[in-house]
Amino acid sequence: MSQPILSVENVTMRFGGVTAIDHLSFAVQKGEIYGLIGPNGAGKTTIFNNITGNYIPTEGRIVFDGKEITGTKPNKVVDLGIARTFQNIRLFKSMSVLENVLIGYHNRMHYTYFEAIFRLPRYWGYEKRIKARAMELLEEFGIADLADTEATALSYGNQRKVEIARAVATDPKLLLLDEPAAGMNPSETEDLSIIIHKIKKDFDLTILLIEHDMKFVNNMCDRLTVLDYGENIFVGTPADAIVDEKVITAYLGEFKHA
Amino acid sequence: MQKLITNILLLILSVYLIYWAHSHLDNYTLSILNNIGIFAILALSYNLINGVTGQFSLEPNGFVAIGAYTAALFLIPSETKMDMFALVDPAPVVMQMHAGFLPALLIAGVTASVIALLLSFPVFRVRGDYLAIVTLGFGFIIRIFAMNKPAYTNGAMGLNDIPGNANFLWIGLIAVITFVTMLHIISSRFGRAMKAVRDDEDAAIAMGVNTFWIKTVAFMTSAFFEGVGGGLLASFLTTISPDQFTFLLTFQLLIIIVLGGLGSMSGTLLATILVMGGMEWLRFLDDDMEIFGYHTGAHPGMRMVVFAILLVIMMLFARKGLFGDKEISDTVRKRIGRRQQTAGGDA
Repeated sequence: MSQPILSVENVTMRFGGVTAIDHLSFAVQKGEIYGLIGPNGAGKTTIFNNITGNYIPTEGRIVFDGKEITGTKPNKVVDLGIARTFQNIRLFKSMSVLENVLIGYHNRMHYTYFEAIFRLPRYWGYEKRIKARAMELLEEFGIADLADTEATALSYGNQRKVEIARAVATDPKLLLLDEPAAGMNPSETEDLSIIIHKIKKDFDLTILLIEHDMKFVNNMCDRLTVLDYGENIFVGTPADAIVDEKVITAYLGEFKHA
Repeated sequence: MQKLITNILLLILSVYLIYWAHSHLDNYTLSILNNIGIFAILALSYNLINGVTGQFSLEPNGFVAIGAYTAALFLIPSETKMDMFALVDPAPVVMQMHAGFLPALLIAGVTASVIALLLSFPVFRVRGDYLAIVTLGFGFIIRIFAMNKPAYTNGAMGLNDIPGNANFLWIGLIAVITFVTMLHIISSRFGRAMKAVRDDEDAAIAMGVNTFWIKTVAFMTSAFFEGVGGGLLASFLTTISPDQFTFLLTFQLLIIIVLGGLGSMSGTLLATILVMGGMEWLRFLDDDMEIFGYHTGAHPGMRMVVFAILLVIMMLFARKGLFGDKEISDTVRKRIGRRQQTAGGDA
């Protein structure tokens, strides 16, 4: 197998006396959709925060694209090519859908502060080009007609799409999705999985996602890791995961004979 | 294209109006307009850091003081300085400071801006209420410095005989420049990033925005114009003392930007006219008035009471300020759009 795009090596994260992640290792190959599942409090979002630099792991290292990124500042991690969405949607609420996506392009616009103030040609050039690109991206998500709507006025499903679009705008190699299907009805979930497959192909993405909805995980993921109390208890395909004894125990508790 | 032409026409019109006011209006009206102009510069730039970037800071009195003192020291001729510094001799560096009017204003702005840069390192380590307190402290420090370093500031006696080059032509033009600059910043990637920091700083970081630098840039820009405004104020009043730069100045600016709408530049402009103009136009309330043959008698300070009540009423009816965080053009466009939509529906 070739070198993985992301490898989490022996990462431990402690908050005071609580060990949220305990010597966790897994590797994500380029081009796959990798799932991260586990009961509540298993440490899934914590490992996301470790990867994106919001938390610095107590032990272990994280390697992305052949480079160690442990402890890199969150905004630098984005520049390296890792984008994320949040578990609870966090759109910029005073801005339109288009502006939300334009924030994702912030670092792709190379005009300076003074060029913006004096409205020099580079300002116009970048603004025009990037706005066209942002509209194309919204087109891809099927929400181009909502570009000028205030982001928070959208339906939950569409807000989720804006959030993913915004992350894709940063031009990532690896996209981290934190419970993308949470709070959605079955048809919205269906719609979302089609879009995720589409953008994965169109933008050549690798996707790491956290999810509870097993049907969604089955549909989406090539491989997955099951976490329980911060430990890796299973690695493999979704089909194997649902029949694995340890996984069933983690979710449903131990079955004791009388 | 149509928008560009409208903007250029508006710009030409406002410059013409400033020129007309400068050459036709009497001194009393002009001094009110000058006050409005200077406060517009201060409030617009204060709104950039407080409203647009959402960093609740309370330091503009500090930057205005820095700007006013810097510009004043550059403008006052050496002989006057020798006469004026009564407590101690002026520091040698003070004696060497000389510049024309415009350079002095620029130096005042740049000085405030550089101090903002230095200040941003400790200041932006904290968020929210803590930021307010840290910046409030800075405002106090500057005033105390002005009081206690007579070799640079002439202490509590302040600086007098500052050449009064600031007329409405300068003040009006610089106010227009400030306004346009702010609008240009807001509708660029920097302005969007500032708004993103205000809405959700963590999400902004997750978009790759270096939020520390964005906040610093907003802070420095704000300080620059506050410094320039301070310089204009010094030249307009021709005399400055530490007591002019107390927290009350910040408070007044805060009233203006909250009334106008945090994040709305056109709202700030309108609110400046209402607040600064209102203070003058309500002056008749202080005098004896005859209402249906009944004499009220003179009540100095009555206008302040009425003014406060008006402010409360305005805030009750427009909770997010006059324009919220939108510009007047957005509001107008939305109204027109809605009207066209309904018209289309009827047809």
